[in-house]
Formats: sequence, C-alpha cells, structure tokens
Amino acid sequence: MTTRIDTRFAELKKQGRAAFVTYVMAGDPDLTTSLEIVKALPKAGSDVIELGIPFTDPMADGPSIQAAGLRALKGGMTLKKTLQLVRDFRKDDNVTPLVLMGYYNPIYIYGVDKFLADARTSGVDGLIIVDLPPEEDDELCIPALKAGLNFIRLATPTTDDKRLPAVLTNTSGFVYYVSIAGITGAAAADANAVGEAVARIKRHTKLPICVGFGIRTPEAARAIAEKANGSVVGTALVDALKNSLDAEGRATAKTVNAVAELTAALAQGVRGAKQASE
Amino acid sequence: MNIAKPNSYRSGPDERGHFGIFGGRFVAETLMPLILDLEKAYTAAKADPAFQAEMNGYLKNYVGRPSPLYFAERLTEHLGGAKIYLKREELNHTGSHKVNNVLGQIMLARRMGKKRIIAETGAGQHGVATATLCARFGLECVVYMGAVDVERQQPNVIRMEMLGAKVMPVQSGTRTLKDAMNEALRDWVTNVHNTFYCIGTVAGPHPYPTLVRDFQSIIGNETKAQMQEVEGRLPDSLVACIGGGSNAMGLFHPFLDDPSVEIFGVEAAGHGLTQLHAASIAGGRPGVLHGNRTYLLMDADGQIQDAHSISAGLDYPGIGPEHSWLHEVGRVVYLSATDDEALAAFQLLSKLEGIIPALEPAHAIAKVMELAPKRPKDHLMVVNLSGRGDKDVPQVGDILKGKTK
Repeated sequence: MTTRIDTRFAELKKQGRAAFVTYVMAGDPDLTTSLEIVKALPKAGSDVIELGIPFTDPMADGPSIQAAGLRALKGGMTLKKTLQLVRDFRKDDNVTPLVLMGYYNPIYIYGVDKFLADARTSGVDGLIIVDLPPEEDDELCIPALKAGLNFIRLATPTTDDKRLPAVLTNTSGFVYYVSIAGITGAAAADANAVGEAVARIKRHTKLPICVGFGIRTPEAARAIAEKANGSVVGTALVDALKNSLDAEGRATAKTVNAVAELTAALAQGVRGAKQASE
Repeated sequence: MNIAKPNSYRSGPDERGHFGIFGGRFVAETLMPLILDLEKAYTAAKADPAFQAEMNGYLKNYVGRPSPLYFAERLTEHLGGAKIYLKREELNHTGSHKVNNVLGQIMLARRMGKKRIIAETGAGQHGVATATLCARFGLECVVYMGAVDVERQQPNVIRMEMLGAKVMPVQSGTRTLKDAMNEALRDWVTNVHNTFYCIGTVAGPHPYPTLVRDFQSIIGNETKAQMQEVEGRLPDSLVACIGGGSNAMGLFHPFLDDPSVEIFGVEAAGHGLTQLHAASIAGGRPGVLHGNRTYLLMDADGQIQDAHSISAGLDYPGIGPEHSWLHEVGRVVYLSATDDEALAAFQLLSKLEGIIPALEPAHAIAKVMELAPKRPKDHLMVVNLSGRGDKDVPQVGDILKGKTK
C-alpha cells in the first residue's frame, strides 16, 4: 500500500533534497487558528506535517509542547476534533502527508478500531505514538498497518544495533531518529553524531530517516538535512506560535504568520542542504 | 466482569509484564533498552543468594525489621467487634513501608553500576526513604515532588534536604504526584546513561510493579508468621490504604491464595466519589499512563483528570496494575474513605492507642471502623499501619483549628 508519505519521499529523492517536517499541536491555541496554521504549512515549504494530539501528561515532551497541549485542551480540543481538523485540511490539500503524533491513551479510549477507521477516512497517513515501543505492537501498530496507515517508529541513541531490527520490523513510511536522549525542546544534537547514527540505521533499513529533537534554526535544519532524509522542527514553531499570543493566551492577527514565516525560513535552510549520497 | 478465576492469584505477571489486560511496557523507545536491562538484572539478583543475604542484613539492622504485629486492644474494645492487629510499618527507619522497596532498588542500582538515583514522591515518604539510602550508599539523589505537595509536606522536604537530596518542585500540570512522575520520567529519558529511576509504588512499566511488590511482600510474609505465632492461625481479614498500592500489595500478596482471608483495599474518596477524589477503581476505568495499563481517572477523551485527597500520598489518578487485575477477578474488595473519615480515624487512633498514623493509613483505619463492628470477636483483622503521622501534624493541626480545609 502506497501512502502520501511514500509518494512524497519518492518525489524528494528524485529532486535530490531532504524533507522538511513540521510539528504543530492540533487545536493550539484554538481549532480555527490551528486549521489555518496547518493549511499554511505546505505553502510555507513544509513537506510533511506532524500534528500533535493533545494529552494532559506528555512524558517525553519539554515545557513548550506540554504548554501547547494544555492550551489546546483548555480550548476544548479532543481527538475527535483533531480528526475533523485533518478532514477539513484535506478539502484543499490531498498531497501533503499528515502524521498524527502523540500518546496512546486518547486513542485507546477512543477505541483502536474506530480510531483507525476514522483516521483513514479523515486523510491521516501515519502515526507516531511515543509510548508504544515494539514490545506493545499488538496494541496499535499491527492494526494500523492492516488499516493502511504508516506506523512511524522512533529510534534513539539508546537503540543499539542489537535492538534496531526489533524497532524497524513493523516500521513504515519513515524512521524518526530522535537525535538526543531527552525530551522535545532540549539541547541541539551534534550534526556529525547524527550523521554516524543515520549511517548506522541505514545499514538496517531502506526507509527514509528523518531526524528531530533540538533543531531550532535554519542553519541547524540544513546541517541535519545534509546527514539525513529529513529535518523535523517542532518546539521552535510552537514557541513562535506562543510568542504571538495575547496576554490571555489567545490567537492574534500575527499568529498564523508567525508560524508560517519561521516555517519558510527553516524550509529555505533545508532546501539549501547538499543531499548526502545514498 | 466475567473473568475466569485463575488457579493461583500469585503467578502474575506474564513474561510481557501483563496481569490480565493490565500492566505492560508503555514507554518511550529511549527507555526500553534500560527497562529490559533492569528486568535482566532483577532476575539475576533474585537468583543470587548473596543479594538476598545482603538485603536481609540491612533489613534487620538498618531498617529495624521485623516490624511488630501489635494487638490494638483499646481500638478493638472501642469498636466492639473483630480483634484488630496493626502491622507497625510506621516503626521502620524513615517512618513508613517505603524503605523496604527503596533498599531493594538501591541495591539493584548498585549492581547495575548506576550512580545517580531519581525518584518521584507525593507525601514525601518515598522521597525520604530514597534520600536516606542514597546517603547511606553515597549516591547522588534527585527527588521530584509536586509544588502543591512541597507546600503541604514541608517536614519531609526539610528531611530530604538534610539527607543531601535535591528536591525539585514540579510546577507542571496539577503540581502533585502524577506530575512529579511525569517529570521524573523526563529526567530519566534525558539521563538514561547514568540514572536509575527508583519508583515508589507498584506501578510504572514492567518490571517495576513486580519488583516493588516482591520487595514489599516482606510485610505480608512477616504478618503470616507473626499471626501464626500469636494466634496459631491465619488472619481472617486484611485492610490497607491504596494510592499506587505498594503497602497494600506487600501485605496482600502472600495471602492471595488463602481463600479464607478477606482482603480490603481502601482508596481515597477525597470530598466524596461524586466530587473530587482519588479513587481510581471506584471512579475510573482502564487506560494507559506512566508505562502501564490500569484503572485511571480520566474524561471521555482520555485526558487524565485531577485527583484529590487530603493525603498527598494517595493523591494520584491511577493505581498499580496488579490491583486493577485483582479487582476484576474479584479477589480483593476495593472500598474508599473520604477526607473527613480519614481525619476522624487519624484522631481516634491517636487518642485510643497513642499512635499518630499518617493520613494515608488513616484511610484504612476509617474502613476498619466500619468493618470491625460487623464482625465477631474471634475475627482476626490486620490493618497495615504503613506510615507515621509526624509529617501530617502541621497540616492536620491547621485543619482541626479550622484554618484550612
């Protein structure tokens, strides 16, 4: 089964450039603004969209993304509305890959089968679920693959060569390499160390490898894009959004542009990268 | 629920850490290799007589075990029914049952060569026990504690700092135990190369619920032997309070396959089950948080809800996965006690027995006050007095003076 993710990475390979992957939180700071932001991302140069599912207890996220989730929840965001947001986005855009990223509990409570059916019809292409390691593949990973969604796994600096095959077995779409042992928004990774890690993972898989955590600037995004098949930026975009809000945490006239402008600058960085030979 | 009764209630978990549908390993990939290492290290330690012998030495001479099984004569007379025994875990070094588990985990950490220990704490009892053993073995210690709990359990914060631990007040979320656990997990993900996470209760990813249970089972094993010595038989019932449920699991587990023993867990009903409370089984349903599937308090969207209890140690929206399973198979009956009931029990035990209990086991005493009068005088009831009340004296004093509520 070919998804929008597979198609997009095949195109980028032909163009000889890395992907720019953007993360924003669904419903941050409200549903309407969030939809406008998601619509603006591809126009500003995002190749793949990761859309966060808000959760009260995001144990792998730093303060910025924690706060984004709480803003969204305060604004009444739910998983059901997140799927509606994707459906609305798909009315105008049927090509940009969209991945939902979050934690398992909201999906478990929604009901796995119903969630997968609704995600598929809404236009979701893949899932990144932080607290579902390969040891829990029966929960969601296997059913998601059967439903035609990509299940994108995280590999980390602690995932050694012995463990990599287990991590990669049911992974599809791309591999998300977490560049540091840590939470989102933490210190930046060293591009050379990332390059070595990507080369190591490449020995085990033909899937594209995107790298995230700690990438905040166009320069950093470019440096990583020279070592991998994609750079992922999340916290920096979430911070740009937050800095555009009013004192009560509500969207202002600047909010959508604040995210779009940073996206455009970061996309320029990624596009300036010399793609490493495969 | 229609769930087949197992041949033994003590055989869990399975090799993937499941008690029925509960438990599991729902953690970020960064932590998975370490959790697998921990499981291996624990399996090896369990099979090593030297590990057990070393631990027994510390349990006897450092912790002060065995803890007494004390006949509460005046409480028994007052309630007019069952003969009530208190398992005196509050007499352990550091003042609660928490030290039993911490000792085991710190010894495991040393075997694994980890030099930095992190812990989460609610009431501060687990934090104090961890700080104590880190001092004893010369290990760096960082304790995460919700900012609300830092405020209401000041005596324990001061104790931890005196013991050389760094107490990190957690400002995220509801600023209580659940957020302290989130923050400890974030620290662990970041410092996984040198850090051991010493979890304070029978929750978290496999193998934590099992190893904490095993280290706490000394409570039930001693109780069994002590009751045999004084009464020549098994007790008829067991009562213990439950936040995550480690003191309860420690008392209950050795008795699960003794069908004549009635077992009662007592959750914190806070202001009442229709209002803010911390009773995950009475008011929750199965979900996934902090590495395991278990009963949780949450809304229709799967968002975790705020718990409330007067007792910081019970103020958690979940419960250990083995308790969820014991509830579903019907082996343990889960009750709940409100803040007001716990306060009344706190005062009653203080005045009748000269023992000031922590607010946590005061919840268990509160249900003993209901259960004991309905039982005959030859009924032997054991309640786990899991901690002493020194840490709660300022808070309860204020409440009784009507200053706060």
